[in-house]
Amino acid sequence: MASSPLASAILFHLGPVAITRPVVTTWAIMAVLTLGSWAVTRRLTLHPDRRQATLELIVAGIMGQVEEVIRKEARPFLPILGTLFIFLVAANLSGVLPGVEAPTGKLETPAALALIVFVSVHFFGVRARGPLGYLASFAQPKLIMLPLNVVSEITRTFSLMIRLFGNVMSGEFIIALIVGLAGLFVPIPLMALEILVGLVQAYIFTVLATVFIGAAVCTVARS
Amino acid sequence: MDIKLISTIAAALAVSVGSIGPALAEGRSVAAAMDAIARQPEAAGTISRTLFVGLAMIETMAIYCLVVALILLFANPYAG
Repeated sequence: MASSPLASAILFHLGPVAITRPVVTTWAIMAVLTLGSWAVTRRLTLHPDRRQATLELIVAGIMGQVEEVIRKEARPFLPILGTLFIFLVAANLSGVLPGVEAPTGKLETPAALALIVFVSVHFFGVRARGPLGYLASFAQPKLIMLPLNVVSEITRTFSLMIRLFGNVMSGEFIIALIVGLAGLFVPIPLMALEILVGLVQAYIFTVLATVFIGAAVCTVARS
Repeated sequence: MDIKLISTIAAALAVSVGSIGPALAEGRSVAAAMDAIARQPEAAGTISRTLFVGLAMIETMAIYCLVVALILLFANPYAG
């Protein structure tokens, strides 16, 4: 039987903390993204060359998408949502590289990302409407909806985590099973499908985070 | 019956039964979106974005079943 997709391999111990493989992969992705962002934004000019034009295209594209969902100035939300999207694309596609497992295919990374979204939703909600105004929004449209709204805050974060984890993990799991059953080059079409799924899931995670933040700052109807 | 046997049967049942509903729902939503795009091609961008988000919501149900099946197979609390 294939190894459990719910457990992750421990690489080494840092004091009492066990460092697992997805954590190391995440560190590598973070380092690449940080250095890459620093490198491409070092010399920004008014007349963009090809590198800067591509960069502006990506940033403006993400900003346009966020603006369309949130129907408001997207600038304050761009750092978290853009970073989330670019990190998710890098993390989901890293599974295609030989010898690398996508960190989002293990339960811990999606859990951490969903927690970040959970915290930032309330942060933006409180900042936009004040603590009391934000708390009062949970009793909308009627007071009787209060428990449902509170429960939905938790379940939607949970489903955000399970969705990302399940999609990425199931793809890798199926590829591993088919390699075991059929042979070396058979799962290549499935790997192509996995690239598509990775991109779509990164997009969906970001759009849902945008919708949640939009609902918290009250520009989108609560979903 | 053996707990392993029961877990295997339950995992297969969870995925097979649990994927029927999302499959029907996804088919219906894609058909509705196609219909809407055919009527109003200029709204295709908004419709497909909403469709993707909705599909993700529906698919979550199937993924829940998959996770339950995996927990039964690999992290069964009763298998000891």
